[in-house]
Amino acid sequence: MNHLPLIIKREYLTKVKNKSFIIMTFLSPLIMIALIAVVAYLSQLNNDKKRTITILDESGFLKDVFQNTDNTTYNNLDDFSLEEAITLVKETNGYGLLHVTKVDSLNEVSKNIKFYSEETPSLTLISGIESRIERHLRDKKLQKDGVSLAQIEAAKTNVDIAQESFDGQKSSKLDNVIKLAFGGIAGYLLFMFIIIYGNMIMRSVIEEKTSRIIEVIISSVKPIQLMMGKIIGTSLAGVTQFAIWVILGGVLMVVVSAIFGIDLAQASAPQQELMNQAMQAEGAQAIAENLINGINNLPILNLVIAFVFFFIGGYLLYSSLYAAIGAAVDNETDTQQFMLPILMPLILAVYVGVFTVIEDPHGTVSTVFSFIPFTSPVVMLMRIPFGVPLWQQGLSLLLLIGTFMFAVWFAAKIYRVGILMYGKKPTYKELFKWLKY
Amino acid sequence: MNDLLVADSVSKSFGNFKALNEVSIAVPKGSIFGLLGPNGAGKTTLIRIINQITMPDEGTVQLDGQPLKSEHIRDIGYLPEERGLYKSMKVGEQALYLAQLKGMSKSEAKSRLKYWFDKLEIGDWWNKKIQELSKGQAQKIQFVVTVLHRPKLLIFDEPFSGFDPINANLIKDEILQLREEGATVIFSTHRMESVEELCDHIALIHKSNKILDGKLNDIKRQFKTNTFEVGLQSNNSASVIAEIKEKFEVLPATFKNLNDDIKLNVKIDQTTSSNDLLSFLASKAEVHHFVEVIPTANDIFIQTVKNN
Repeated sequence: MNHLPLIIKREYLTKVKNKSFIIMTFLSPLIMIALIAVVAYLSQLNNDKKRTITILDESGFLKDVFQNTDNTTYNNLDDFSLEEAITLVKETNGYGLLHVTKVDSLNEVSKNIKFYSEETPSLTLISGIESRIERHLRDKKLQKDGVSLAQIEAAKTNVDIAQESFDGQKSSKLDNVIKLAFGGIAGYLLFMFIIIYGNMIMRSVIEEKTSRIIEVIISSVKPIQLMMGKIIGTSLAGVTQFAIWVILGGVLMVVVSAIFGIDLAQASAPQQELMNQAMQAEGAQAIAENLINGINNLPILNLVIAFVFFFIGGYLLYSSLYAAIGAAVDNETDTQQFMLPILMPLILAVYVGVFTVIEDPHGTVSTVFSFIPFTSPVVMLMRIPFGVPLWQQGLSLLLLIGTFMFAVWFAAKIYRVGILMYGKKPTYKELFKWLKY
Repeated sequence: MNDLLVADSVSKSFGNFKALNEVSIAVPKGSIFGLLGPNGAGKTTLIRIINQITMPDEGTVQLDGQPLKSEHIRDIGYLPEERGLYKSMKVGEQALYLAQLKGMSKSEAKSRLKYWFDKLEIGDWWNKKIQELSKGQAQKIQFVVTVLHRPKLLIFDEPFSGFDPINANLIKDEILQLREEGATVIFSTHRMESVEELCDHIALIHKSNKILDGKLNDIKRQFKTNTFEVGLQSNNSASVIAEIKEKFEVLPATFKNLNDDIKLNVKIDQTTSSNDLLSFLASKAEVHHFVEVIPTANDIFIQTVKNN
């Protein structure tokens, strides 16, 4: 008798109807958005703060370098001594004092600049000031050597190396960032999914043991059916929760940013000022074009199909192990000793993905780990945006499926024996013996 | 074919531990079959094999003349000793789910459940969660779920544990009625008074071996010691006792009755009939009490287990 649909339905409905599940489903995006909004709001407050920077330029070489901006007012002092200037800045609650000692030649200016302030100034502020002074001094020096301002402007060059693979596919640096983002999101999603819902499966197996219903159930259904039903039912509940999170999160994001007028996207880029500087040369339109190009260049179809298969394969592999752990123990505290061997390869996969794949997506380490079944789902998903030959993907998937089937067989063995064992905290040795029952 | 269930030399080992050693039982149709044995004897293992929860290493089990197969799941109703229900699930939903796992259709399960809930007067529990019920109440639900699909074979493992005497009686009556309706019952327990009350066949399993089985009455006959409880009244007790002791083996007796002077357990040998004993006693004193000592299931249990 095939009871699988019935079991899946029950597992799904009990999960979805569970109060804490419902609360978490709807509360999590709210909390997330609230957090992001608060951070965004705070950083905006920070940006809005008006600063006054006083400049005491005794050398006279840095006249007209600084123009007032929305946030910063520059205040030039003449005929003040350093002490007087510092007292003045203190009394007027100014942000800081930029002081240039009196020097004779242009060459000495760079070594005689100091910034006085109450608190340590932010890195962006100082580097902003530095780069402006550098540019100004360079221009001045060049002008002194007889180069005209127009010539200097004309000498400014922006190099953007176009990349093209041998079979003619164009790409750019931005492409790589997009690829990394896609791979990273896919790998991270899988990682989170396994941890959250694998645990959920484990808990629901333990619950059946502690409530002692298990023997009633398995006098009606085969343990493997029960296990698969649990895994699939819980996963569907997980997909439901994830979907609600994404949709609700998206809607809330739009609503919140519309109401409060906060640009939430900006909040996630703290070094925005620097980025802007770097990108100024390219122009917004060029970036947008590159972005679209980059996304178009991704092997979308391959990515989607691979994502589906590796995600399902990897998730099922790990969740069957979680189910086996749940069956082997009596309560959640006993799970610790078995959790580590599951989490290790998972964490390793994420590390390999983050550090090695970025460095060299087709290097030995990345390639090897994208074949090892316990790390392949995460690592391969991160590699695929950079273009992985189909035979590699196929082989890796085959290995994954093979291991998954072995894991299910293994888990079912443990499960079959474990669910009827009470009161004992099993050792690895005992688990091994169960395989032979 | 008169036996509903036949287990033939069933063996099962867990690692080095032999849980069952060539155990054979035959459960006649329509009987209440007591599966007895001390803790850890192997009863639960045998029951799990019958329920196809575990597979035997050797031996076969036949239900209604056919080797056990997965379709038989719906012919068996099993109330395990370790029982429980999903705590946070509602009574009705849960009962429907478990019934459907046994192969009933949803509508059929619903009408049968209504019948049972009315019968046991628990209809208003339908929307309650198990965790809101008492242990005894949950046990009632569990009982209903076990018998709901009208199985040919009912297996109860310690069915009365957790019930108060009133509900235990109620369940006992239901079990007897189910037998009237044609069900066969396997009944595993170590509460001997319920064995006495309910079972007509028993099998005794001890240390993985079956050491005794058959009709309860046959076994009792087999275990009787030809001993009679005797209560006499006489003016000359001492000499009467001496005379009896001379002819028969006598043991002290502890039965209760009104003011008998002499209370004895008298054992007779194979050649003597009970009538011989009675007429001998009557000739010596006034007989007030004369009963053959029938071994109780408890006696048989303890005696057999000790001897093995």
